[in-house]
Amino acid sequence: MVLIRRFEERIDALRQSGALQGSAHLSIGQESVAAGVCARLNRDDYVASTHRGHGHAIAKGVDVARMMAELFGRETGTNRGKGGSMHIADTSVGMLGATGVVGAGIPMALGAALSARRRGTGQVAVAFFGDGAMGQGVVYECLNMSAIWKLPLVFVCENNLYAESTPAEYALGSTDLAPRAAPFGVPACALDGQDVLAVYDEMGRAVERGRGGGGPTFLECKTYRYHGHFLGDDPRRYRTAEEEAHYRARDCIEGFAERSGLPADELRSFDEEAVRAVDGAVAFAERSAPPALSSLTEDVYTR
Amino acid sequence: MTRTLVFSRAENEALRQELERDPSVILLGEDVAGGAGRAEQGFIDAWGGPMGSTKGLIQQFGPERIIDTPICEMGFIGAAVGAAVTGLRPVAELMFVNFVGVSLDPIMNEAAYLRYMLGGQVSVPLVIKTAIGATGAGAGNGGGTAAQHSGSMYSLFAHIPGLKCVVPSDPYTAKGLLTAAIRDDDPVVYCSHRALAGVQGEVPEEAYTVPIGRARVLREGGDVTLVGIARMTGVCLEAASELAGQGVEAEVVDLLSLAPLDEETVIESVRRTKHAVVVDEDTPRCSVARDVAAVIADRAIDHLDGPVKTVTGPHAPVPYSGRLVAAFVPSPEAVVAAALATLRD
Repeated sequence: MVLIRRFEERIDALRQSGALQGSAHLSIGQESVAAGVCARLNRDDYVASTHRGHGHAIAKGVDVARMMAELFGRETGTNRGKGGSMHIADTSVGMLGATGVVGAGIPMALGAALSARRRGTGQVAVAFFGDGAMGQGVVYECLNMSAIWKLPLVFVCENNLYAESTPAEYALGSTDLAPRAAPFGVPACALDGQDVLAVYDEMGRAVERGRGGGGPTFLECKTYRYHGHFLGDDPRRYRTAEEEAHYRARDCIEGFAERSGLPADELRSFDEEAVRAVDGAVAFAERSAPPALSSLTEDVYTR
Repeated sequence: MTRTLVFSRAENEALRQELERDPSVILLGEDVAGGAGRAEQGFIDAWGGPMGSTKGLIQQFGPERIIDTPICEMGFIGAAVGAAVTGLRPVAELMFVNFVGVSLDPIMNEAAYLRYMLGGQVSVPLVIKTAIGATGAGAGNGGGTAAQHSGSMYSLFAHIPGLKCVVPSDPYTAKGLLTAAIRDDDPVVYCSHRALAGVQGEVPEEAYTVPIGRARVLREGGDVTLVGIARMTGVCLEAASELAGQGVEAEVVDLLSLAPLDEETVIESVRRTKHAVVVDEDTPRCSVARDVAAVIADRAIDHLDGPVKTVTGPHAPVPYSGRLVAAFVPSPEAVVAAALATLRD
């Protein structure tokens, strides 16, 4: 959680200082969902992410130096500078990629789950998506298919109350999303997404069900993003300072620090380690070369 | 050993042989078997696909590999992409090409772009097998399947970097191109013209591939090049016979692959004949026909002795009435007229 936050805070700072351009979406405030979910996964389990995917990638084990290099548009980036923030992927750790199309990662994860079962590997797949994706029909297509085929798939809905600038209470017929899964035959629960241990607990049951052949699970993690939709978006154009203060008072990292009972010096050392990793990532990105122009048309096809 | 097979059985044989050869091949789509889940009641393989090309596969390979899906093209084609990047070789059946309207996102934004967008980390060995084309032409009562089930639309796939697109014109190329598509490591849209489903032709029993990205010359001639796509290749051959009766020797190029496009075979032919007619059942604007015409103009204009002509459907949706369908689909007479027009100019 701490590494995700320090990584994204640095992106924000680099952007504000003019040192970095390009599209990016920050997940600061909702790190607990990525951390709690991915802590239950094996290295070869699959994750299909969203446009707000830095946290999922870091929690799944993607190297932050290569992620930062990708944001800088460098050859050493996870995607060789061809994807950027919105498409960070590292299939060597099961991170199938962030996606720029809301909801599009869900059928990808479903296919990965289908593939895992066909190959008999015991892997599970996770589809991350937000409350915004609940307006997309493909969510319901996939709830249905996952249920009829009892796939090892976990739907993780990060309900952060906003689809871009549009509030959930406007865009969704009901802002309680877990009950939408039950009619498809997918077990579901809503939980406090700011409590990483609660996420970790529920995810444990979901993974166990998936690996054991019990089929999919839907987890609605109620959470909040501190920043705007995209880097540069001012969320005060659509929400109040009071609302932000309310959620910041329930910060997932501070909450974990209190609940975990870990000593202050240990918590401080996590933080120092995260800052060092981010410093190293920026240095790596800065000294990396941009992609060769010959790569412009490479990898359109396999050959 | 070759023997006569109908087009849809040639496709069926390609699927069967590849399913036998490679355990990572799966087939999924709506009604690819049909009547799913009722084997205990004695119902199995009710349809075998809308054209019957997947008939008999579920008995041999079972429901884990021959997967009837709910009606949800975006969902199951997206799932096929996810399966393709995690170790399987899915063949996803898009029942009619017009249903790309509800499945373009996984085809374009995922299947086509993933390899590039991810910096070469993945390949997407996916086949989208789909049906194209107008049927029901005639002067009697009734008609065909109208606008939403009769389009060609392959120019859309040819336009998208990362996709390959093939269009067989007979049972031999159907089996060979479908086999090649399944073995290819990139996403391939395989377009099967519905009016060809019952056409017969010589097909080898053993598995073979027709290379993707290569056109073939079906008839040689020195006066004009007729370029055909799918069913239009047969129309070109008919036109060539008619032209021969008028003393004009037409060369017929069967395009077979729209992406990659075999520019060399087309250009080489046009440089010899100095005249070209491109025949395409699809609508004209931003079409493969006009793209090929542009390639000819770009690369061979100094060799041309007449304008490059295109013969296509009109800029209209495919109609229902048989009389209108007959007027929509390019005819051999229209191709002959276009050939004579470019020879005259």
